[in-house]
Amino acid sequence: MTGPLLEIEAVGKRFGGFVALEGIDLSVAQGERLGLIGPNGSGKSTLVNCICGTLNNDAGTVRFEGRSLNGLAANQRTHLGLARSFQLPRPFMSLSLADNLRIPLIYAVRRRSLLLHSPQELDARCLELLRMVGLERKARRLPRDLTQVEMRKLELVRAMAAEPKLLIADEVMAGLSHSEIEDIIALLLRLNEQGISIILIEHIMRAVMSFSQRIAVLVSGRKIADGKPAEVVNNPSVVSAYLGQ
Amino acid sequence: MRSWLFFATALSIGAVVFALALLLRSDYLFFAGYVVLQFVVLATAWNILGGYCGYVNFGSAAFFAIGVYTSVALTKLGANPARYLPEFLVNVFKPLLPLPIPALQLIAGMLAGIVGLGMGYLTLRLRGVFFAIATLAMAVVLQTLIINWDFVGGSRGAYIVRPSNAWLGPFSIGYIEYLFLLMLVLAVIVLTVARLIERSRLGYGFASIRDDELAAEACGVPTLRLKLMATTISGAFMGMAGAPFPYYIGYVEPAATFGLPYAVNSIAMPMIGGTTSWLGPLIGAILLGSLQQIATVTISSAVNLLIVGVLLVGFVVIAPKGIIGLVEDWRQARAKP
Repeated sequence: MTGPLLEIEAVGKRFGGFVALEGIDLSVAQGERLGLIGPNGSGKSTLVNCICGTLNNDAGTVRFEGRSLNGLAANQRTHLGLARSFQLPRPFMSLSLADNLRIPLIYAVRRRSLLLHSPQELDARCLELLRMVGLERKARRLPRDLTQVEMRKLELVRAMAAEPKLLIADEVMAGLSHSEIEDIIALLLRLNEQGISIILIEHIMRAVMSFSQRIAVLVSGRKIADGKPAEVVNNPSVVSAYLGQ
Repeated sequence: MRSWLFFATALSIGAVVFALALLLRSDYLFFAGYVVLQFVVLATAWNILGGYCGYVNFGSAAFFAIGVYTSVALTKLGANPARYLPEFLVNVFKPLLPLPIPALQLIAGMLAGIVGLGMGYLTLRLRGVFFAIATLAMAVVLQTLIINWDFVGGSRGAYIVRPSNAWLGPFSIGYIEYLFLLMLVLAVIVLTVARLIERSRLGYGFASIRDDELAAEACGVPTLRLKLMATTISGAFMGMAGAPFPYYIGYVEPAATFGLPYAVNSIAMPMIGGTTSWLGPLIGAILLGSLQQIATVTISSAVNLLIVGVLLVGFVVIAPKGIIGLVEDWRQARAKP
């Protein structure tokens, strides 16, 4: 495939009279790490919802591997290779941590692969994934036994379990300590080395700057900058709108 | 335990129960046992949608009634096909009529399943209290249709004359014993299916819908398709439970068939037993069903709903996860150091 993995053209979304997104153009190349930043209410999560199918965009087109996603349900987009973590963790509260991961493994990965058919293989894969975020000892526990930070890790690893081509990590580092942020960045970099494209939505600028190859900035539903981290940070409109200087 | 082994074990237990009841030579046991088994089927079927998927269905009585009136309509048709069918159809169907009750159950199950599918499709976007109200509304609509359908007796009701005995191969048994046996087999089937669902890919999908539909979609779960499957399976089994009822009771009329006890018991029994496991509705149905039967002969049938109401309020306040949840919490507390 020669074109971009994800291509967003003139996407718009309104909630009644409120314009949440207007004329957003954005693309993500195969294997690229994109940082998506913007103040609260700038439309980042709305854009993610339009990409992932949680919301339908009113205008424009979202393409994934050259195929239009307009009209596809969220689960169908996950089957194509799009996965997201939620800004506020939404674990399956009645299921153990291992079973939380079993859902995407059964419904997203098994559809694409002939592997992972026996319960033992599924169990082993769940444990392997939980080990990546240091939660393997709590595999049989329920999410209610986790701290907020562990809940965010579970949220991220559940998105990873879908074995996506593009992973959208929505504020997965909020509330984490410095060393935990480093761990998550290292984990995302390892995933990226395997060829997975990543969109990182984050308020922690240090993390965004160290992780991203390119940064896009949203303000009031419009994209005001898109470029290399150093360029974007020095962009006067970004400085005035986002950094408040 | 593998599903076929579970089915064989449950069937064996059922056979022992049936043999013991035969030994005791008490018709009352069969009459009371039939009602308890009927509620095992209704509660388990309700739980497939309400417990596993988290969609509370207040229209159980409607699905049950579809089964009841399918039997009434087909029995009436079978009694005099020349009167109701065109001649070419009479010749086709005459050798098949009157249909045996297992065939009535299958047809009732298919019809109730189709109605369940339709209900699921029409209420796709509804959740929580709105879904519950929609199912209640469906029951009212169906009841109105039945009241105005003369062929099945309308508001007057319909009589079904129960044969005195039934033949199981070379053996003749009393008709109530036969009905008890049919309901016992259906209870074993519905419990096996519920257990199979619980431990399958479908069960994980249902659980994810119950916990968080948005997150389930993001994990690749086709929530729409799964919800339709749940409404269809649940409705079909409720319809199957209703099909033998006219032969059990002898007279059916809309007010009783669509009555509150069916809807309330179908919800209360899984809630009291526990909704996350196939065992919950079974425990709830045996406990509440038996209590109601005992109350009927010792006090009055009028206290049945009171018993259900008091127990339901008690469990919702003290043990919202039901008896199964209580046991699980106790086991977890013991396991923690």
